[in-house]
Amino acid sequence: MDAAPSSFPSSSPSPQPAAPRPGRSALTRYAGLLAALVAMCVLFGALSEHFLTAASFRTIANQIPALAVMAVGMTFVLIIGGIDLSVGSVLAFSGAVMSVAIVQWDLGLAAGIGLALVTGMVCGAFTGTISVSLRIPSFIVSLGMLEMARGGAYTATGSRTEYIGGNVSLITDPWVAGISPAFLLALIIVMMGHVLLNRTVFGRHLIGIGTNEEAMRLAGIDTHPPKILVFMLMGLLSAVGALFQVARMEAADPNAGVGMELSVIAAVVIGGTSLMGGRGSVLASFFGVLIIAVLESGLAQIGASEPTKRIITGIVIILAVVLDMYRSRAASRSS
Amino acid sequence: MTEPQTSMPLLRLEGLGKTYSGPVLADVSLDLHAGEVLALAGENGAGKSTLSRIVGGLTSASAGSMLIEGRPYRPASRRAAERQGVRMVLQELSLIPPLSIAENLFLDTLPSRYGLLDRGGLHRRAQPLMARVGLADMDPETPVGDLGIGQQQMVEIARGLTGDCRLLILDEPSAMLTDRETALLFDQIEQLRALGVAIVYISHRLDEVKRLADRIAILRDGRLAGVQSAAAMQVEDIVRSMVGRDVGAAFDPGGRTIGDALLDVRGMSRGRAVHDVSFTLHRGEILGFAGLVGSGRPELMRLLFGADRPARGDMVLEGRPYRPRSPREAVAAGVAMITEDRKGLGLLLPLAISANVTLASLRTVANGGFIDHRAEADAARRLIGDLRIRCRDGDQPVAELSGGNQQKVVLARWLLRDCPVLLLDEPTRGIDIGARYEIYALLAELSRQGKSMIVISSDLRELMLLCDRICVMSAGRLAGAFKRGAWDQDSILAAAFSGHLQSSSQEQA
Repeated sequence: MDAAPSSFPSSSPSPQPAAPRPGRSALTRYAGLLAALVAMCVLFGALSEHFLTAASFRTIANQIPALAVMAVGMTFVLIIGGIDLSVGSVLAFSGAVMSVAIVQWDLGLAAGIGLALVTGMVCGAFTGTISVSLRIPSFIVSLGMLEMARGGAYTATGSRTEYIGGNVSLITDPWVAGISPAFLLALIIVMMGHVLLNRTVFGRHLIGIGTNEEAMRLAGIDTHPPKILVFMLMGLLSAVGALFQVARMEAADPNAGVGMELSVIAAVVIGGTSLMGGRGSVLASFFGVLIIAVLESGLAQIGASEPTKRIITGIVIILAVVLDMYRSRAASRSS
Repeated sequence: MTEPQTSMPLLRLEGLGKTYSGPVLADVSLDLHAGEVLALAGENGAGKSTLSRIVGGLTSASAGSMLIEGRPYRPASRRAAERQGVRMVLQELSLIPPLSIAENLFLDTLPSRYGLLDRGGLHRRAQPLMARVGLADMDPETPVGDLGIGQQQMVEIARGLTGDCRLLILDEPSAMLTDRETALLFDQIEQLRALGVAIVYISHRLDEVKRLADRIAILRDGRLAGVQSAAAMQVEDIVRSMVGRDVGAAFDPGGRTIGDALLDVRGMSRGRAVHDVSFTLHRGEILGFAGLVGSGRPELMRLLFGADRPARGDMVLEGRPYRPRSPREAVAAGVAMITEDRKGLGLLLPLAISANVTLASLRTVANGGFIDHRAEADAARRLIGDLRIRCRDGDQPVAELSGGNQQKVVLARWLLRDCPVLLLDEPTRGIDIGARYEIYALLAELSRQGKSMIVISSDLRELMLLCDRICVMSAGRLAGAFKRGAWDQDSILAAAFSGHLQSSSQEQA
C-alpha cells in the first residue's frame, strides 16, 4: 500500500476550550441515578406526608456536606485502583486537632481550621507515600492509618468530647433559604472535583493509572506523584468533612466518623465508580451521596427501625451495583 | 496418504454456517479422512476457531450438518463430542494451576478408592500419557502451575489424548512452545496419524502448516477459499489465498536515505543477559535485531529505554550523553518503546482512541493543566487520517479495534510526541498478514521522514523485508551485523546460534 502520511506537525492547542463532552455512557448513568433518586422521593412522599416538604430537603442538604466532600476524594482513590479505609478516623483526628488548637492552645478559629486541614493532608500523605513507594496495597496501609488516626483522636482530646462553643457553628448554620455555607462549599468542591477529573491532565493521568499503570509508565509518565497526591487530597477532604461535623456539633468527638469509610465507599460505588480502578465519576458519586441521604431520612420519616434501615440500605447498595453492571454491559454492547 | 481416499470420510461437513449478529461462518463443506492432517489457515476472524469449536462441540452450528462415518453428528457439548472420539485442545490453557499434572489429566474421571483419591492408580494412568508428550521425567505430582508455559501446553495436549480419540483438533498448539517442544509435538502428531487419528491443525505459522499437513483448507471471511494438497502450495500461495490478493507486492522498502549517527551505544552490559554490546543507529535507519529466545534482545531494549540500568556502558544520543534512569527520562530524551504486549502494556484498552493517542503529549493539547478537548480531538483526527486507522471516530474505545489498528494507535502516540527514536518489540505480533504490510509500509514511510527505528522480531523474513541492517545477538553478545544485500538467512541463523554453541551450559532458552 502506498500510505503516505505527509507530515506530523506538532499540534497547536486552540485557545478557546471546548465544552466538556461526557460520553453517552456517562449520560445514561446520570439519567439512571436521577431516575432512582426521583423514584425514591416519590415513594417516600407517598408513604409519608412530611417527606416532600422544603423542611425535610433542607435537613438532608445540611446533613450531607461531610459525606459529599469525602465521596469526591474517595472517587479519586478508587479510580487509581486504591482504597482508603482511614477516612472516618482521619476525620475524627483532624476534628480533635482543631478543637485542641482552638480551646487549649487558644489559637483562634482560622488557625484551628488550618491545622485540621494540615493534619488530614499529612495523614493522607503518609498512607499514600507508604503504599505507593513500598508497593503495599492501600487497603493495608489505610487500615493501619485507621487505627493510628483513631488513637491520635483519643490522645488529642483525652478521650473526651471537646466542646468548642458557638463561633464555629456559623459554617453549618442555615444561611440563605435555610441552606448552610457548608452545603454550598460541598457543592463547589464536587464541581471542582468533577472538572479536575474530566478536564485536566492530572485527571486523565489518574484514569490512565487506574486503567493500566504499566502502560502509563511506558508512555513516559511518572505514576507515583499523582497517586500520592490523590491520597493527600483524600486526607484534606476528610479534614474538610471534620470541619463540617465539628461545626454542626460545636464539639469534637473522638468517636466521630466510626464506620464512615463504609458509607463513603457505598456512596461512590452506588454512583458506579469501579473498585477495579479506571472508571468513575465525581458527579455520579454525589448522586450516590444523595441516594444514601434520601434513603436514610426517608426511612426515618416512615418510622423504620434502625435494624430495618440497615437491611434496606444494604439491599440498595447491592442493587445499585447490579443495575450499574447491566447498564454498562448494555452500553458496551450497543456501541 | 495425501490423496483423499475413496472410502467413507471420518468427518463430513455439509454447508456448515454460524451466525451471531452477522455471519461468521457460511457454507463450509469439507471431508476429513482417518489418518489425515488437515490444516486450517486464515486471518484472525476468518472463522477458523468458530469452525473448530462447532466440530469440538463448544458451539452449535446455525446452518448445515455434520456426519461422522456417515452418521449424523451434532454434539450438544464438549463432553458429547468427546464421547464420539472428537477431542479438542484449546488455544487458551484450561488447566488448574494448583492441581498436579496427573489430576489435571484426569480431572473429569479421577479414580477413587473408598471415597478417597486413588493416587497410585492416577499416577499409573498418567505416566504413559506424559511419556507420549515428552514429560516422562516429570513427577506426576508436580503442580501444573510450576511448569513453564510450553510444558503446560504439552499437558493440555496430553489431556486431549486421554480416552478414545479419533479426531484431534489443535488450535494454535505451537504458539507458546519452544522449538524442541514443537518438534516433540510434531512427532506425536505423526504417531497419531499412523494410528489412523484424523487431525485438524490450526496455526499462524505457515511454514509449519506446510510441513505438517496433508491438505490445507483456507478460510477467508467465514467462507472456504480453497482446499488443496499441501505439497502443491507455496507459503506465498497460502498467503494470497488467505488475504484474497497479492500482499507485499506494493511494499517498497527502498527510497530511504540514511543520515549521520543518532544513537551511539558502547559496551552495554548487564548481568548475563547483555554483554558488551556496541552499535550505532543512524538517522532514518531501520535497524533489526535478530536472535534466539534468551539471546538478550528484550533486556537490551530495557537498557535503551531506561527500564533497567546498565552495569557498564555508555550511550550518546544526538551528541549528548544519554543515561535514562526511567522510561520517563527516555521519553523526555526522545526515545519511545513500542512493546510486544500491545494490549497488556501498550494501550489503555477501555479508553478512547484520542486519549490513547495524546497520552504521551497531553501538555501539547492542554492549557495550564486543563485539557482542550477540541485540540485533543483534532490531533486524534489528524493522526487517524495520516495512519489510516480504521475506526468510527476518535471517541471509539481502542479495545474495539483490530490488532493492526491498535498498533497504529500506539504508533500515532509517538508520532504526536515526535520521538526521533522508536524501539519496536515484535511490531506485528498477532496482526493479520494483510494489515502487517500496512504496518511495514508505515514504518518505511516514517524512516523516510527521518525517524530511526530499532526492531526486534522473531520473524527473520520480517526483518529482512524491513531493515537496512540486521544485528544478530547470541547469548547476550552481538554476534554479527549484516547490511541489506549482504545477508542471507543461513548466515544470520549461524550467527544467532554461535554464542549458544560456545557456551551451551550457560543458558537454556
